Amino acid sequence: MPGAATARRALDSDGHPVITTTGLTKVYRSRGRDVTALDGVDLHVREGEIFGVVGRSGAGKSSLIRCVNLLERPTSGTVVVDGQDLTALAGRGPRAGAALRRARSRIGMVFQHFNLLSSRTVQGNVELPLEILGVPGRERARKARELLGLVGLADHARAWPAQLSGGQKQRVGIARALAGDPKVLLSDEATSALDPETTRSVLDLLRDLNRQLGLTILLITHEMDVVKSICDSAALMRDGKVVESGTLSGLLATPGSELARELFPLGGPPPEGDHTVVDVTFHGDSAARPLISQLSRTYDIDVSILGAAMDTIAGRQVGRMRIELPGRFEDNVVPIGFLRERGLTVELAGSTEAAGTTGSAESVKPVEFVEKTVEEAR
Amino acid sequence: MTWPEMQPILIQGTIDTLYMVGWSTLVTVLGGLPLGVLLVLTDRGGLLANKTVNKALGAVVNVGRSLPFIVLVVALIPFTRLLIGTSIGPTAAVVPLSIGAIPFFARLVETAVREVDHGLVEAVLSMGGGTGTVVFKALLPQALPSLVAGLTTTVITLVSYSAMAGAVGAEGLGSKAITYGYQRFETGFMIATVVVLLAIVTVVQLLGDGVVRLLSRRERTAS
Repeated sequence: MPGAATARRALDSDGHPVITTTGLTKVYRSRGRDVTALDGVDLHVREGEIFGVVGRSGAGKSSLIRCVNLLERPTSGTVVVDGQDLTALAGRGPRAGAALRRARSRIGMVFQHFNLLSSRTVQGNVELPLEILGVPGRERARKARELLGLVGLADHARAWPAQLSGGQKQRVGIARALAGDPKVLLSDEATSALDPETTRSVLDLLRDLNRQLGLTILLITHEMDVVKSICDSAALMRDGKVVESGTLSGLLATPGSELARELFPLGGPPPEGDHTVVDVTFHGDSAARPLISQLSRTYDIDVSILGAAMDTIAGRQVGRMRIELPGRFEDNVVPIGFLRERGLTVELAGSTEAAGTTGSAESVKPVEFVEKTVEEAR
Repeated sequence: MTWPEMQPILIQGTIDTLYMVGWSTLVTVLGGLPLGVLLVLTDRGGLLANKTVNKALGAVVNVGRSLPFIVLVVALIPFTRLLIGTSIGPTAAVVPLSIGAIPFFARLVETAVREVDHGLVEAVLSMGGGTGTVVFKALLPQALPSLVAGLTTTVITLVSYSAMAGAVGAEGLGSKAITYGYQRFETGFMIATVVVLLAIVTVVQLLGDGVVRLLSRRERTAS
């Protein structure tokens, strides 16, 4: 696995930012009431990375991606794509001027519902952006064929979109998005209308394009699996704000990271009694070393494993484990220090505020309630 | 009336009707298509959103739609005379026919264009297309089957309008029916006129349906 890790682009170094949003705010006015969809979003997407924005519906993901190519006009804040300040190009009116249109043609976009023209063949759809760019007919056809080859649909150039499956339609959508030789691809829930298997193949295609063409991809999704399988970095949105963001490996190493927990949910009972329960995250080299058995031998303690999972995230092996140590936390400072020293992320389960509010507190409450009513009944 | 007597009158009437309907269809498309598209574009959330223009266009269309055609024809006589030099005859009839049919067709265009998925507009904009590109590469081609169906309805309406215009000086089958069928009680001629009109409407409808079917076949070859 170390080979694969080095083959991956050296993203942990400071990549040159390709998409930067600063204080991006979008307020919709509907029936006299203001609805804030984006509330001061700062986003930095580095060159060559796949950046995933996750969040529930209504969190503002869709507004965010539409503000990046200014399909939605931000109420305030700036969007810089590939060194160009798009918000400055926008002008005052609702219509896009020539400069903004030219900038948009260099940003590809794929959509959840594909948005192919049923009145055109597959090839005609891929040619459309080239027509807008004023590419002559023969050159258009050549380029469209080449792009269809790239997404594995060379045989379907003459077909109508209605004759294709969902996955094939999205491939056409991707080919079309690539027609303007974009540096950046925006993906608006591109796999959300697809079945798991097709999702897999479309994600693989996106990752191949990311690697082969050095394409920077900003995607929004509500599926954690998408982030897990292709993203280098991720941001979590809630109520129009970015709550957390960073590289996946960085997030996994951050104690109390909500994204890390969602990417890697751990089961196991909540801590109780005279035990200390900790969540341990292994990544990189530590994933391969027998640290738990070393811990047990060194300090002569019995370690119970309550839950564990291994997975590949952003091309790296990552493990997470919930373990139980005998005695209170105060008694276990030394063994926990041992694990931290060896590069593991150790969190006290249920101790951090974030952990308390999201999962356990809510699930514990009903139990207390039931106990109380039972007591009252007595 | 014998058949040889009727024949030349019927033929002349048919030619005049087709002449009026043909030209007014052309003018109606030229006027109604942009009007219908503008109604959508200037509406709230449209690419050219403009409340004032939208309200004004809507009002014009509504006035045109709510006037009974026979009243419109009479009311337009001075305007027609100004434009054509006379208010009598098939050429003059093209003026009120077009003005009567433009709002009708514009509403049908509006409905057809509104049905086009907004996602397609978004897609074209994301490629760097402008309003013109959206209209000519996405909205109109995507709405084409509905537009043709709307045109068919409009042409048939024009056939019926042309008969009404016949009552006030235009030529055509309508005027012949009034002269011979109504004023001279020629039942045979009346029946012949009905048959010819029926034939015209049927042919137009079949033709329109055929084109619509041809255009929407590609969209229905779903897997």
